[in-house]
Amino acid sequence: METIWFICVALMVAMYVLLDGFDLGAGAIHLFAARDERERRTIIRAIGPVWDGNEVWLLAAGGTLFFAFPLLYASGFSGFYLPLIIVLWLLMIRGLSIELRGHIGDPMWASFWDAMFFIGSALLAIFYGAALGNVVRGVPLNADGYFFQPLWTDFSPFSQNPGILDWYTVLIGLLALTTLVVHGANFIAVKTENELNARSRGISRLFIFATIALTVVATPATFWVSPRMLESFNERPYGYVLPLVAIAGLAGMVYFNMRSNDRAAFLSSSAYIVGMLTSTVFAVYPNVLPAVDPANSLTIFNAASSYYSQAVGLVWWSIGMVLAAVYFIVIYRLFRGKVRLDDEGY
Amino acid sequence: MEDALLVSRLQFAFTVTYHYLFPMLTMGLALLIFVLKSIYMRNGNEFYNTSARFWGKIFAVTFVMGVVTGIPLEFQFGTNWAAFSAFSGDIIAQTLAMEGAFAFFLESAFVGLFLWGERRFGQRVHWFSTLMVFLGTWASGYFIITTNSWTQNPVGYRVLENGNIELNDYWAVLFNPWMFPQYAHNMGGAVVCGAFVMAGLGAFYLLARRHEEYGRIFVKVGVIAGVLGSLWMLFPSGHFSSEQVADKQPVALAAMEGQFETERRAGIVLIGQPDIGNRRIDNPIILPRALSFLIYQNWNAEVKGLEAFPEKNWPDNIPLLYYSYHVMVGLGTIFIAIMVLAAFLLWRRRLYGSRWMLWVLMLAIPLPFIANIAGWFTAELGRQPWLAYGLFRTSEGVSPLVSSGSVLFTLIGFAGMYLIMGLLYIVLMVSEVNHGPEGEEPLESTEGATI
Repeated sequence: METIWFICVALMVAMYVLLDGFDLGAGAIHLFAARDERERRTIIRAIGPVWDGNEVWLLAAGGTLFFAFPLLYASGFSGFYLPLIIVLWLLMIRGLSIELRGHIGDPMWASFWDAMFFIGSALLAIFYGAALGNVVRGVPLNADGYFFQPLWTDFSPFSQNPGILDWYTVLIGLLALTTLVVHGANFIAVKTENELNARSRGISRLFIFATIALTVVATPATFWVSPRMLESFNERPYGYVLPLVAIAGLAGMVYFNMRSNDRAAFLSSSAYIVGMLTSTVFAVYPNVLPAVDPANSLTIFNAASSYYSQAVGLVWWSIGMVLAAVYFIVIYRLFRGKVRLDDEGY
Repeated sequence: MEDALLVSRLQFAFTVTYHYLFPMLTMGLALLIFVLKSIYMRNGNEFYNTSARFWGKIFAVTFVMGVVTGIPLEFQFGTNWAAFSAFSGDIIAQTLAMEGAFAFFLESAFVGLFLWGERRFGQRVHWFSTLMVFLGTWASGYFIITTNSWTQNPVGYRVLENGNIELNDYWAVLFNPWMFPQYAHNMGGAVVCGAFVMAGLGAFYLLARRHEEYGRIFVKVGVIAGVLGSLWMLFPSGHFSSEQVADKQPVALAAMEGQFETERRAGIVLIGQPDIGNRRIDNPIILPRALSFLIYQNWNAEVKGLEAFPEKNWPDNIPLLYYSYHVMVGLGTIFIAIMVLAAFLLWRRRLYGSRWMLWVLMLAIPLPFIANIAGWFTAELGRQPWLAYGLFRTSEGVSPLVSSGSVLFTLIGFAGMYLIMGLLYIVLMVSEVNHGPEGEEPLESTEGATI
């Protein structure tokens, strides 16, 4: 039962990263991809109808995490207090910037919100990557299952007391940023035409190489900070299929980018993201928050809610997810196709 | 850790109070927009359709504010109240997660359809989307009230050896007896809020002689909803809410009423300032025997005062609780007076010409926001000093390792952020109101980035 919920939560998080990932990526590149007001509006309209629904996955995943693993929620959220609240502020700034820029037809007003949209999106991508990096590296949990980490200390690889942001987690943060930039650029390329389409594809190409370089650096770094991760794969060798998915995604990104097949490139960046995330959670399992002292690690067993609670939850969760899938398929079909600014809206 | 407790409480109180200003309006407007659209579907009057679209834009901006200010609340259970989350996560996370699975997805999908789908899918689908937005926002309200009801009246749980609790009766939590009156009262408050805003804006248009056709529609719909909602707040929802407080939280009731002594034939304090040190009400105006009658329907019944309970179980901020309760009840009474009078004038066909009444309606716009917030203060302060009534004290709930300095940092950050957001919201509302409903066309699905 705990394993089922581990998979459920991981699926919801992956869903969130895939969906909100492309609008975060779009936010991070829109200042560079779009040359004028018209193009900028095209990008915002491409994500406008869906970004809010995408973000709901974060809330739903957070709620499900709280429900399935309350001790993880209590420990993780209080331990990462400052970065989490900063993430909240960034989410607010970003949400407001998308919604408010169009409300007053003034160029200064729009430029201000464009800058906020860029800052919010790019920093969120880095923070999400850093959060994943912290989970991989492990945190100094005490025997009661709590910890509190400073935002940063000295960034040294040999630090005895690393902060939430250190060399490793920032590295993962940068990898997350380049990955989501590729993902977002691919999405914008799918949704647009002509110059904007070509420029997005160019940005995607540039960042694909950055992503490959960072992946090559981050993989050995991960096994160095957390040797357990490699052991997990060797204990359960069938798990090697997950990194293969990621590598296939990476190869697909390059190939389809060269062939200018935007849709397939977007699917490839999706595969890469899913492959990387599932590889990570597979290797962390059965821990949910590894501790520096392994005896204090939170696992799916000691952090879980009761059996009855999880069993009841499985019923309503399944119904809820079927409904959510229906809404999402309908909404994405509704807003499918290229974005064109035929008539000037408000 | 004493300080971290205080600052965490202030932060939660501040963020939840600020957040609730928006959902109370969206939940009320969602119903009224559905009503406007339904009237249009019946009589084909384009003014009603345009009105629904206009209020849809106000709804949309308010909804976004509600969403972004709502996210910190879910997160704060973990960040600031980790010990409480670990203690009760088996139960309260159940309803919070259900809100995500059932209400949030539904809302986000149908709000999008409501705002952009009209031209592409026609009037029937558009009407259906207003219905679903209404149901979605009210479902959200249900899950939050159910979560809160569990903290007011814990049910369906079993205490474990490690002191935490686990769920043992799912349906008992979902249909907590406390939830029914509280949900009825809370949603009534949202309708009153939406009604006063709609009627007040209509009154403004009539007084300013702008968009007068719409002004009359807004005033009419707002006043009818307002009179029904205001009366509903008194009876049955308000009546049964206070009866259950008397039954399950008698010490909270005594504090709300400023009743220090246990007495028969207890009177009700209309005005007065509680003096906790001397355990009396200063400068009181008392309606004799009324409290005994309201609670027990018996003019001679005995009402327990604060002295009947151990001081460690008294709510820890009695004056604020007392004032919140009195502000709520006082404003509720004023709402009934305003709306009954306005409805009478509407019935006599004299309302649109009664400029003094329109002034009253316009100036009353902020009052339901204050009343609803005071109502929540009453519920939340009345529950103190408990986080889960009788089970778990607020002082035990705070995150063990988060320092007061960190919480103060984030509290100041929230204050600054919310100040700016509030100013932006006002700017946007003023520009919408100035623009007015005329010429409000349905949005094309590729137009407009807004939610």
